[in-house]
Amino acid sequence: MTQKKITLFNFGHFDNDLLSEVGAVAGKEFDAVFTFRKEYVDLSEFFDSSRKQYNGNKLLAFVDQRAGFEQGKLIGLFSVDIFIPILTYIYGQAYLNGKSAIASAHRLSNERYGLARDEKVFLSRLIKEVNHELGHCYGLIHCHTPGCVMQSSTYVEDIDQKNMHFCDSCLLLVRNARDS
Amino acid sequence: MNKKISLLIVDDEESVRDSLYNWFIEDGFAAGCAESAGAALSMLENNHFDIILTDIKMPGMDGLELLKRIKTIRKETIVIIMTAFATVDTAVQALKDGAFDYVTKPFDPDDLSHLIRNASRQIMLSQENEQLRQHLSLEHVEDIIGNSETIREVLHEVQQVAASNASVIITGESGTGKELFAKAIHANSPRRYFPLVSVHCGALSESLLESELFGHEKGAFTGAVYNRKGRFEMADNGTIFLDEIATISMKMQIELLRVLETKNFIRVGGNKLISSDFRVICATNRDLKQLVEEGRFREDLYYRLNVVNIRIPPLRNRMEDIPELVQHFIKKYCLAMSRNLVGIEAAALLKLQEYDYPGNVRELENMIERAIVVGNGKEIRVKDLPLQKEIATISSESLEDLEKKHVLSILNKYDWNISRAAKALQVDRVTLYNKIKKYDLKQG
Ligand SMILES: [Zn+2]
Ligand SMILES: [Zn+2]
Repeated sequence: MTQKKITLFNFGHFDNDLLSEVGAVAGKEFDAVFTFRKEYVDLSEFFDSSRKQYNGNKLLAFVDQRAGFEQGKLIGLFSVDIFIPILTYIYGQAYLNGKSAIASAHRLSNERYGLARDEKVFLSRLIKEVNHELGHCYGLIHCHTPGCVMQSSTYVEDIDQKNMHFCDSCLLLVRNARDS
Repeated sequence: MNKKISLLIVDDEESVRDSLYNWFIEDGFAAGCAESAGAALSMLENNHFDIILTDIKMPGMDGLELLKRIKTIRKETIVIIMTAFATVDTAVQALKDGAFDYVTKPFDPDDLSHLIRNASRQIMLSQENEQLRQHLSLEHVEDIIGNSETIREVLHEVQQVAASNASVIITGESGTGKELFAKAIHANSPRRYFPLVSVHCGALSESLLESELFGHEKGAFTGAVYNRKGRFEMADNGTIFLDEIATISMKMQIELLRVLETKNFIRVGGNKLISSDFRVICATNRDLKQLVEEGRFREDLYYRLNVVNIRIPPLRNRMEDIPELVQHFIKKYCLAMSRNLVGIEAAALLKLQEYDYPGNVRELENMIERAIVVGNGKEIRVKDLPLQKEIATISSESLEDLEKKHVLSILNKYDWNISRAAKALQVDRVTLYNKIKKYDLKQG
C-alpha cells in the first residue's frame, strides 16, 4: 500500500515552525507524508464586500482546482475570516471524500475573544481544525464521541473541549482510507 | 429503520444549496437539493424526506405555497422556512400553516445546529411511539460477535429494551464487552440521532468525575481556564453510559440520584441551572445488590438505575463463539496495522479453545493483537500465543538498547496489553507496533 500524502498550502502568514508542528501531529494521525508550502495568491477576488469576509465556497473550489495537479489531499490554510452564503462564519470546510479542504485561523486566537495571547492554545486549535477538515476529505462525518476531533464545533470553546486526535472508530476509518 | 435523517434543501440560489448540502452531509445527514418548489414536489413523489428546508422567495411557486402542499401530502414532514428579509406577517403566516420554524439568512452556525437538533428531536419523539408498537430487528450490532444460544438470548433482551426509555444496568465480568451492548441499545433506540456519551467512572477521582459529568465554569478550580460542558450536557437527547458505576463515591451517588430525578444540574463553580434529557445505561462487574446490602451503594439509586438488568455471559460459557471471535480480531488488527490478513494454525486455534479466559473477550482480543504483532505475518502459530516464554537478553548500553529494554519492560509490566503499554510510553499503538517489530520483541 502506498502511503497517504497531505499537502498544506499556506495562504496566510503562518511561519514554518508552526506549520511543522501542525504537520508532525497531522502526519502521524493520518499516517501520511505531510508537506507544506507558501502560496502567494491575491485573495481580493474572494472578498465579499457586503459581508466583509471571504467566500468559503469559492476558496474551496479554488484550492480544489490547484489540487488537480497534486497527489493526495490538500488543505488551504487562511488567516482571513471565511463565510459561506448561508452561515455567518465557518472555521473551515471540505469536500466529503474529496481532495480538498480549507481552514481559517481567523477565529482561533485568544486575542479575538479578549483573552491573553496563548500560542499553545492557538496551535492546538489549529491542529484540531486541520485534522478535522482533512478527516472529512478521507470520508469521515461528524462524530458524537466526546473528545474526538471529528465532533462538530460551532464555538471556539467546543474546539477546546475536543482533543487533537480521532476516537478509536474514526482512527480506524482514517487509517484504512486511501488517497483516492 | 433509517439511521440517517433525510433532508431536502429548496432554494433557487445555487450557492445556498451547495453550502447547506455540504454542511449537512458533513454532519451525517442524507441530503437532497431542489432549485424550485416544483422540483421539490416532484422529488417528493418518489422520495421520503424527514425535513424540508425551503427559501420563501423563489420564481414560480413560493415557499409558503410549497409548505401548504407538503403538509397536505404528509402532515408530519418538518418544514423550515428560510428568508433573507424576515417580516412579522410572513413569519406568523408560515407558523400558522404548520412550519416548524422560520429563520433569517444568514444564520450563526450554532443557530443552525440548534434548529436541526430541535427538528431531529421532533422526529425522535414521533418515532418513539411507532417503534414501541413495532417489532424491529436489531441493527448496528456487527461488533457483537458470536451466534451461540447465550449471546442470542442477550441480543433478544437488548432488542426488547432498546425502544423504551428505561434505565438499564449491564452486568458481567470485566472484559465481556459491556460497552458494546450499551452501544447496541443506543443505536437501536429512538435516541440514535443523538450522542451516546460514555464515562468510565472507575478511572476518575471524585472531583474529576464531578467536573467531567457536570462540566465546570471558568475559574472553578486551578486549571479551569475555560468553561467546559459536562457529559450530562453532551448527552442531551441521547444516552449516557456510566461504566464501573459501583466505584463512585457516596457523595457522587447522591448527586447522581439528584440529576436522575430532576434532569437538572449546575456546572461546578457555576450558578445556572442546566437541563438535559438523557437516558442512562450503567455497567458494573460487581454485585450491586450485595453492595446495597453492605451499605456501600445507595438503595434508592440502585432501584432508579436497575429498571432492566442485562447479564453478559463470560466467554467460557460460550466457547463455541471462539473461532468467529478469532477471525473478527484478526481482521480488525491486520487492518489497523495495515498488514495482509493472516491465518491461524489448527493447533493454535485448538489451544485457544482450551483456555478458560478469566479476562474474557478482551483477553482473547489482546492475545490476537499480540500474536499478529510478534508473528510471521502469514499465520498465527502456537508459539505466538502467550503460552511460551522466551527470555530476552540485552547486554550493551546504546540508546537503542536502552529503548529496547525499556519498551520490553513496559510491555511486560502491562502483560503485553498493547494499548495500556502504548499509553504508558506515551506513544500511539502504531509506533509501538513498529518498535516491537524493529527490536523483534517477544513476551518473556
Ligand atoms: Zn466538520
Ligand atoms: Zn470519532
